[in-house]
Amino acid sequence: MRFPAENPAMEEKLDFAAYFAGGLLDPHREIPECVSDPRGKSAERRYNIYRNNVIVSLIDALAAIFPATQRITGPEFFRAMARFHIRATPPSSPLLFEYGHDFPAFIERYEYARDMPWLADVARLERAWLDAYHAADEPPLAKEALSQVPPELLGCLRFRRHPAARLVCSNYPVVDIFNANRSDAAVGKIAAATAQSALITRPAFDVELRGLPKDAEVFLSRLLEGGSLEVAAASAFEVSSEFDLASTISMMIEAGVFTATFPGEVQHGY
Amino acid sequence: MQASKRTVGSDVLRFPDYPVQGLAGTSFKPEHLPAILAEGSRHGFFEVHAENYMGAGGAPHLALSRIRQDYPVSLHGVCMSIGGPRPLDRDHLARFKGVVDRYEPALVSEHLAWSTHDTTYFNDLLPLPYNRSTLELVASHIDQVQETIGRKILLENPSSYLVFEESTMPETEFIRQISERTGCGLLLDVNNVFVSAANIGSSAMEYLADYPLNLVEEIHLAGHSEQETEEGELLLIDSHDGPVSDAVWKLFEIVIARSGPIATLIEWDSAVPDWPILHREAIAAQAILDRGQHIEMPHGDAYAISR
Repeated sequence: MRFPAENPAMEEKLDFAAYFAGGLLDPHREIPECVSDPRGKSAERRYNIYRNNVIVSLIDALAAIFPATQRITGPEFFRAMARFHIRATPPSSPLLFEYGHDFPAFIERYEYARDMPWLADVARLERAWLDAYHAADEPPLAKEALSQVPPELLGCLRFRRHPAARLVCSNYPVVDIFNANRSDAAVGKIAAATAQSALITRPAFDVELRGLPKDAEVFLSRLLEGGSLEVAAASAFEVSSEFDLASTISMMIEAGVFTATFPGEVQHGY
Repeated sequence: MQASKRTVGSDVLRFPDYPVQGLAGTSFKPEHLPAILAEGSRHGFFEVHAENYMGAGGAPHLALSRIRQDYPVSLHGVCMSIGGPRPLDRDHLARFKGVVDRYEPALVSEHLAWSTHDTTYFNDLLPLPYNRSTLELVASHIDQVQETIGRKILLENPSSYLVFEESTMPETEFIRQISERTGCGLLLDVNNVFVSAANIGSSAMEYLADYPLNLVEEIHLAGHSEQETEEGELLLIDSHDGPVSDAVWKLFEIVIARSGPIATLIEWDSAVPDWPILHREAIAAQAILDRGQHIEMPHGDAYAISR
């Protein structure tokens, strides 16, 4: 390769990146004029290596974040859908484990996925799972924490959310679908009519996933919003008179949904 | 492995200060952790992509902390966009410093490339022209990184598939001048040298002859794949998805015979094999490094390798 002698009069601009970036996610754009094939041929084939690296690596990134979604749709369907999404919403952060938060909403609008109405919720659950996986380490609330609270103060007790704790609400059996598709095992029959919400936690280093009935979901939603135990329980009983308060509380402690309790304002009496 | 106690300022290091010089290592893949610990050789080193450890907590940090107790770690940044025209992302730079501070790596490196433009992160190492303007740009970015993290980084040569009309100097000259201006060290990726030479139609031996080997503190070896164009032209892709090729081993031997042992990494990032297969590549590299044990790098010898 030969290089022209340095010519100070020659304008060397720094807009190479703008020209080069322009066509990376747009296959219809002309290739940038500032690049060439060292053998004097069209540089298109060579530029396409970068185009291919960019789109394939980003599709692979989404496939790694949403493996169950991909298993449900099959790789071909998934990769086509991911390609549309990446071109519409490329990552803005170099931290790819944070990519794809807009993907579930995209799936919901994606016309070819309309006959899989649960797919977006499965993707929401997968995205939440990865958020929990990378969340900050914090010890969850101790098992005996509630037994130390005087009974008259229990009702107005509030809870501090663990950094990993997330709730994904769904009208479909999203936890069963997720579990069946995050391994290579054969998928059995799943009753589509069962609504399920997913509680995602990480009390130590392993992400844990639990399916919740509607009353428990409402109960935890209220607590996660900062509501008191009394208010949360009342909301859950509104959903179902058979709400099992004691076992839901012991489940949420064991799952590590919260890190601390704090006394709320007294709401009744007093 | 002998660890010496080192202090930075008044802070005692959290991890042992293992030396890395002359050792062969591999990319660290968390799925290998049980096999690595079971084997317990405590010889060699591991390299990680800094970005994979920029999450707040969880299993990735647990695994890397465990590895770091027993081994030196090399921290390799892949998306600082040192070669891009835009100012460096300050948030990303702060995160990078966070990982350096947390894991006290033996080596810290980044690429002569860019991957973000405006608001889009492309997840690829994109090329830049080599001229006075980009020299200023890259030098100022490296200054900024080194000032922020408080230590020297190693700059890695890219793999090339095309050339820029606006380039006015060879890559080797560009890299040499960057190092002279910033004091950064170099990470010589021998596979990239081979891939670029094949794609650009230049000579890998000439590249190595012109390259400032005396500034190299780390070497990368990796596998590449082949792609044929419609016109029957062969292009090599820096794919990191297989064993190191015979030609790259040969070039590596030539470099080590000239420079003496340098920390050498086997990079394997996709289609990752089981630990014993990856480890065997590192053992092969270590054997070549050990044969170069008696060689001392001649200082300032620009033409260390004859063409």
